[in-house]
Formats: sequence, structure tokens, C-alpha cells
Amino acid sequence: MNNSDDTRMQGMKPPVTHVGLIGWIRANLFNSALNSILTVVTLFVLWKIVPPLVRWAFIDSVWHTTGKACRQVTGACWSVVWENIRFILFGFYPFDSQWRPLVAMLILFGLLFYSQNRKHWKKILIYVWILGLFFMGLLMKGGLFGLSPVESTKWSGLPLTLLLSVFGLTAAYPLGVVLALGRRSKLPTVRWLSIVYIEMIRGVPLISLLFMSAIIFPLFLPEGITINKILRAQIAIILFTAAYIAEVVRGGLQAMPRGQYEAAESMGLNYYQTMRLIILPQALKIVIPPTVSILISAFKDTSLVVIIALWDLLKTTQSVLANPEWMGFSPEAYIFVALLYFAGCFSMSGYSRKLERELSAGEKQ
Amino acid sequence: MKEQETREMQNGQSDNAMVEIIDMHKWFGDFHVLQGIDLTVQKKERIVICGPSGSGKSTLIRCINRLEEHQKGRIIVDGTELTNNIKNIEKIRAEVGMVFQHFNLFPHLTIVDNLTLGPIWVRKVPKAEAEETAMFYLEKVHIAEQARKYPGQLSGGQQQRVAIARSLCMKPKLMLFDEPTSALDPEMIKEVLDVMIELAQEGMTMLVVTHEMGFAKSVAHRVLFMDFGQIVEANTPEEFFDNPQHDRTKLFLSQILH
Repeated sequence: MNNSDDTRMQGMKPPVTHVGLIGWIRANLFNSALNSILTVVTLFVLWKIVPPLVRWAFIDSVWHTTGKACRQVTGACWSVVWENIRFILFGFYPFDSQWRPLVAMLILFGLLFYSQNRKHWKKILIYVWILGLFFMGLLMKGGLFGLSPVESTKWSGLPLTLLLSVFGLTAAYPLGVVLALGRRSKLPTVRWLSIVYIEMIRGVPLISLLFMSAIIFPLFLPEGITINKILRAQIAIILFTAAYIAEVVRGGLQAMPRGQYEAAESMGLNYYQTMRLIILPQALKIVIPPTVSILISAFKDTSLVVIIALWDLLKTTQSVLANPEWMGFSPEAYIFVALLYFAGCFSMSGYSRKLERELSAGEKQ
Repeated sequence: MKEQETREMQNGQSDNAMVEIIDMHKWFGDFHVLQGIDLTVQKKERIVICGPSGSGKSTLIRCINRLEEHQKGRIIVDGTELTNNIKNIEKIRAEVGMVFQHFNLFPHLTIVDNLTLGPIWVRKVPKAEAEETAMFYLEKVHIAEQARKYPGQLSGGQQQRVAIARSLCMKPKLMLFDEPTSALDPEMIKEVLDVMIELAQEGMTMLVVTHEMGFAKSVAHRVLFMDFGQIVEANTPEEFFDNPQHDRTKLFLSQILH
């Protein structure tokens, strides 16, 4: 230090036991007797579990063989997945046309990937989605441009799961927001309708809503009119999820300070402007974490449609396991399905974290 | 300057009134918070309202832009009576600026977006023009360099000056101030009061709820003292401070002017 009056210790570094790898291990793994014991026990358990698991999954495993050959090996039989991959993914969709749902899914992934960037959130994005949805529908349904028509009863596997989830979630979210606003409305009729709706739907399990959509609902329709079963399940999922989103959004609305409403109103903004420009952007941001929890669980709940005999991803996998050749290889098959679900859920939660970070940038000090 | 203005205002006709309040009452549940308020605010008049907490002074000015609804009597703002007609309410709110104790800036918008929101959505001003106006008023409150920041990055005094500029962007005919300096650290009060004094010098009609008696002395034409929901005393600042008429006024002044 060149200035003896300067008592600030500028060149000094923290002691070596508090930095780097050693410092990190000390601070996080061995900072007390209890933590040291926990660290040792955890390491022992990992040592017991991880190597055998790796051996089972990767070293002793077989990837391309028959069910018979699989029974001779001690490792995992991934053949159950690879030999049946087209049935697991596409179910009863006509074998020769399975490129069509594949392309439709790729379009969907492309659209989702494009939309995740907030810079692309412009009006044109809506048109891009409408165009994309048109092509996906065309590919799935066929009947035009030389594509052979495929009945929606044959739609199954991963495309069905994605269809139910993506449409279910995108339609449930705005409906939930409207219900939340309705429940806080000053108009008694609107408020009571919203309350009755939310409480009735929340009071009923999703399974019973699905049964109602499949069995009871058609009884009320005039004779000769039928509504597509997938559509009915889709509506049940939307109605169910919206009620939960409504309550989460209502929590966000209640967290908004009254001063925000007053500042907006005292400028002469009307109700819709106040909500759209001031209240909802802030309230919806607050409730991103619980909203994403609901969306994730709704995504997983789409697997309940098996009970009304829709063949989603889980059901096609189960039916492969019912084949005598592949009976008994359920761990491998279910691990595969679990990984697909995990990829979906994890990208949702990862994206929500990214969104939260971006939206709060600059606002906090 | 002040006396000349006062004379001009007194010579004016009754259609020169910006706000007319006639026998106005308000209740919060059973609590009779405003008990027969009669008040006329002339154009360009500046009134300071003071009184103990709970006396109804904030509620009074919040009734003028219908943040609170009065239950009896009449309030006429710039020739339009406040009723349940939502169009009239929105019209009056667009003409009346309000500055709050806790600033109430919109935290998710930048400073300049806070200022342009009202003009763009209520007055339907083109965006470029609204931004120009916003920068003009930010210059005026000496804070133009912060235009692209978010409210959370500014000090309390700066936020309150932004809030004043936000109201001015709507080109209001009347400004209401609800304890604008009460939530500020002492060293920031002056920068906000200076902006308010400049505004007063330009002839803005102002109704200010405050305990800043220095401000009242230097800019107010009239000082109102409220207690238990009534206007107990209304007088020029000179008379009000040097020669208060009511015991309650005397007691209040002795408590705040040590």
C-alpha cells in the first residue's frame, strides 16, 4: 500500500481454506459433524447404487435383438423400446403414413422453439401459429392434396399426448385468467358464475370429468350428432386446468398493491386498459412459478385419458408390454416413457425460470 | 404575485370555479368520514389542506377524482358533475392529475413508458409525440437522464418527481397531491417541493394535502384545516399561521410547529 493513511486492505485475499475446491468442500460438505456424517453416508449409498445401475443400463444391456435373446442377458433390454418404437410413438396410425405425425410433431417443436424467444412475440407469431396448426391438422387428418384420410380414432401415442397437452394448456391459460378476473368482478352475476364454476370443477377429480365427457355428455346431444371423443377429452382437460389456473392468477391479482389500480384509474384508464397494461403484466409474472406447476401437472395428467380408451403414449407402451414376446421388460419401457415426460416437464420449468429472469431484469435493484 | 392573483380570482364569476363541492358527505361503513364539505376551488388557485391523521383530508381529495365515492351532496369538476356515469368519471380523471404518497409508479415499465402510457391510451396521442412530451416534462423535473431506467432503480425523491411528470404529461387542469413528501427521506423532500413550487409559479391549480408548512406559506392562496371530517378553518396562510381562529387549529399548529 502506497498510502499509509489508507487503512483499507486492498491487496488482501481470503484465507486459502475459504476459496477454491477445498474451501467449497469444507463449506458445503464438511462444515459440521452432522454434515460430515451425511456426506459420508451419501457417498456410500451412491457407490452402492450408481455403478450397478450403469452396468445394467449401458454395459450389460442389449439394444437390437428379439425378446427371446433378451431373456439371456443380465442387463437392460432396450430392444423392447427400439423394436417397438413406431408403435409406442404412433400407435394405430397407419404404418405407411407415420411420417405424417412425425412431420406434424417437428412443426410443433419448431413453433415452440421459435416462440420461446420473447423477441419473436409479435402479431405475426399468431399467423405463424395458425398456419402451423393448419398444416399439422392437414398432416394428421389427411383427405386433401393426395393424403389419405386418417380417422381421429387412429390418432394415438406421442402425437395424441402432445395434442391434448399443448392445446389443453394454451386454451386453459387465457380461460383461467378470465375466470380469475370474473371472480374479482364487481358485477355479482359474473362473480357468482365464476365462483360456481371454479368451485364445482375443483371439487371433482379429472377422471370423473373425463368419464362425464365420454359417457354422460353424449346422452344430452340430439340424436345423430356426435362430437369427436378426442375433442371431448380435450375440453374436459381445458375446463379442469382453467379452474386451477384461475385460483393461482387470483392470488397474483390480490398481491397487487391498491396503489397500482389507483394510479392507473386516476389517469383515466378504463377497466380493460388497467388490467391489460398495468395489473395483469405484473400479476401474471408473480404467479409464474405456481402456474408452471399447474401446467406441468396438467401435462402429466393427460395420461389419464387411457381410462376413456384413448391410446396416449403411456397406453401404447403398456400394450407393447402385453405382447408375450416382450412381457416382463416393463422397467426399460417405462424408463423410456418417463424420459419423454421428463424432457417435456423439465423444458417447461427451465423455460419458466428463464422467463422470470428476463422479465425481472432491470426492475429490481 | 400571490395577492394580485387572489384578487383576480375573487373578481371572477362562479363559472371560473375548477371544483365545486356542495354539502358533501361520505361514510366508511358507519364511520362518517366527511361531514358536509363545502369548498370552491377557483381556477389557478392553490390550496393546502392540513389536519390530524384521520381527519378526512386525503379522502376529500380522493373524492374529487372518484377514487372514493361520495354518498351525499354534489361535486362538480370543471363543469362536469361526478355521478355514476363512468364516461364522465374517466373524462374527469383524464383532466385531474394525482400524485400519491407512495408514488405508485408502474414498476414493470421504464420511466418514459410510465409517462407515455396515459397520453397514448387515454388521449390517443401518437407514440413519438407522447415520448417528446414525456422528455419535456422529465427535463422539467430535472430527471431526463433516467428516462430508460425502471422505477426500482430510482431514489424516492426521483420517483416522486417522475410521478409528478407523469401527471403533467396528461396536461391536467387540476393537480391533486396526497401527502407527496410524507414517504420521503428528509434530504429528498426539498427536491420534490422545488418541483411543486415551479409548478405553482406556472399557474397550475393545485390542491395539496401536506404538513409542509413552509410550502403552504410560500405558495398557497388558502390553507384549510380539517378535523373530524369537517373544514374547521380556511384562511390565507398569513392569517392562518399568525392568527388562527379556532382552538383546534391552535392546538394542531402548536403540535407541528415546534
